Amino acid sequence: MIYKLADNIISPLGTTSEDNLKAVLDGRSAISVYTDVFPSVEPFCASLFSQRHDFTTLCIDSISEALTHTTIDTSSSDVIFIISTTKGNNLRLWEPASQIATHFGNPNCPVVVSNACISGVCAQITALRLLDSGKYKTAIVTGCDIQTQFIVSGFQSLKALSSAPCRPFDKDRIGLNLGEAAATIIFSTEKPNLPAAWALLDGSIHNDANHISGPSRTGEGSFRCLSDILRNTEINNIACVNVHGTATLYNDEMESIALSRAGLSETPVNALKGFYGHTMGAAGVLESILTMHSVEQGLILPTRGFSQQGTTNAIAIDNSLRHTDKRQFIKLLSGFGGCNAAIIYSML
Amino acid sequence: MKTICEIFITPDSVTLCDNRIPVTEKGNKLLVELYRKFINDYPKFFKMDTLSRLSFVASELLIKKEIEITPNIATENRAVILANNSASIKNDTDFSATISDPDNYFPSPALFVYTLPNITTGEIAIRNHYFGESSFYVLRDESCLNEILESTPFDSALVGWVECPDSNNFNAHLSIVRK
Repeated sequence: MIYKLADNIISPLGTTSEDNLKAVLDGRSAISVYTDVFPSVEPFCASLFSQRHDFTTLCIDSISEALTHTTIDTSSSDVIFIISTTKGNNLRLWEPASQIATHFGNPNCPVVVSNACISGVCAQITALRLLDSGKYKTAIVTGCDIQTQFIVSGFQSLKALSSAPCRPFDKDRIGLNLGEAAATIIFSTEKPNLPAAWALLDGSIHNDANHISGPSRTGEGSFRCLSDILRNTEINNIACVNVHGTATLYNDEMESIALSRAGLSETPVNALKGFYGHTMGAAGVLESILTMHSVEQGLILPTRGFSQQGTTNAIAIDNSLRHTDKRQFIKLLSGFGGCNAAIIYSML
Repeated sequence: MKTICEIFITPDSVTLCDNRIPVTEKGNKLLVELYRKFINDYPKFFKMDTLSRLSFVASELLIKKEIEITPNIATENRAVILANNSASIKNDTDFSATISDPDNYFPSPALFVYTLPNITTGEIAIRNHYFGESSFYVLRDESCLNEILESTPFDSALVGWVECPDSNNFNAHLSIVRK
């Protein structure tokens, strides 16, 4: 297992994890309709920064803020940078990662995880594996994507977007909203001396072996991931499952099937894309951070946009804040290419 | 980690388990030639972008070779872990061309779907019913993949480097490995 030392979120809702949590608890969202941000695209509903950001600078800012809460020497060879992104900086993924590592004086080659929408969870799993292997002592995991004409027009061509704020798991859901953010978690092999310490216990990645852009009708990959990570715990220990919840017809249906097959129909489930939209490479990291901070306070964040059960299998999802005294949670994601990933965290 | 078999594909050569496979074409046409000669039963191949065709053809030749060596191998949980330095840049460029001219704006969903490098791993998983892990990394060079593979749990995996900056300039080095 590995331990979280610090984290950061920079999003349209704030520049620290604390500010982001506060915004979500206040019920705020930056999702709105945009008409003139990118050339030629149809109007779209998304959560965007008030000005265009540079990808590399955004990552550096997020990492820098997280580092202020640690005493890590980033120039040490036992520190590894792991970047999760789908489109990087203007389609370049390696170059900005290399610039980020160089900026912090790190001698190692950064690892870029580019596994579609599950990248943010995969990056945390990569950190777990590399640190557990003894190769490094610290991993700085940053997930980031900024919205562009490229991404918006692409999703519009797939007809995957909703023209209104998205409605995860709702019976009237019609598609996703896009979003942008940077989120960083700094992991260590050593348990920090904090009143609440979060440990990343395990992770699992599986392919549906079904379709490159549509989810499996049986939720096969997600089910296998959930089964794997539930092996060494009791379902009763789980405060909540924070799911992908993109609010497309197929994704949410698939996730409800996977949750049901894995015995998680009664476990509280929530989804955060009603606050942030789909932040692509940042999603897995951002959503894990918010779940950590909220469960630490005994809270299960509401699923903004949800109103009425809209999936074949009923799941325990709610649009209001709930309370918990449990100390573990699962983060689940799925992505293009038929990939799925899940991780389990425990508060020590 | 043990290598069962490996393949190198460049725009004008193919080497499978240290044996050169004679080919007449180059570049993208080489991949089509390999498909027609050795596979020829998966029409989806023609929908794939060059990066996916490259990975697909490499994986097919490896798998056929593996079946010769170990005919009844169970592969349901095989992992597919690939990497490169340029992600899906060729496909990205092709998609960009469908949106860059405001007077000729026609974003293509068929192209957009391939603007993620991990799609190649999905294509291989679908073809072969692999329910194991599928992952894609963007790294400095091929040597950086080793420590990732060493720390990834799997019994059997299809792994390697698939670089495809454009449709006639590519390089693949894939292997089937076991732990």
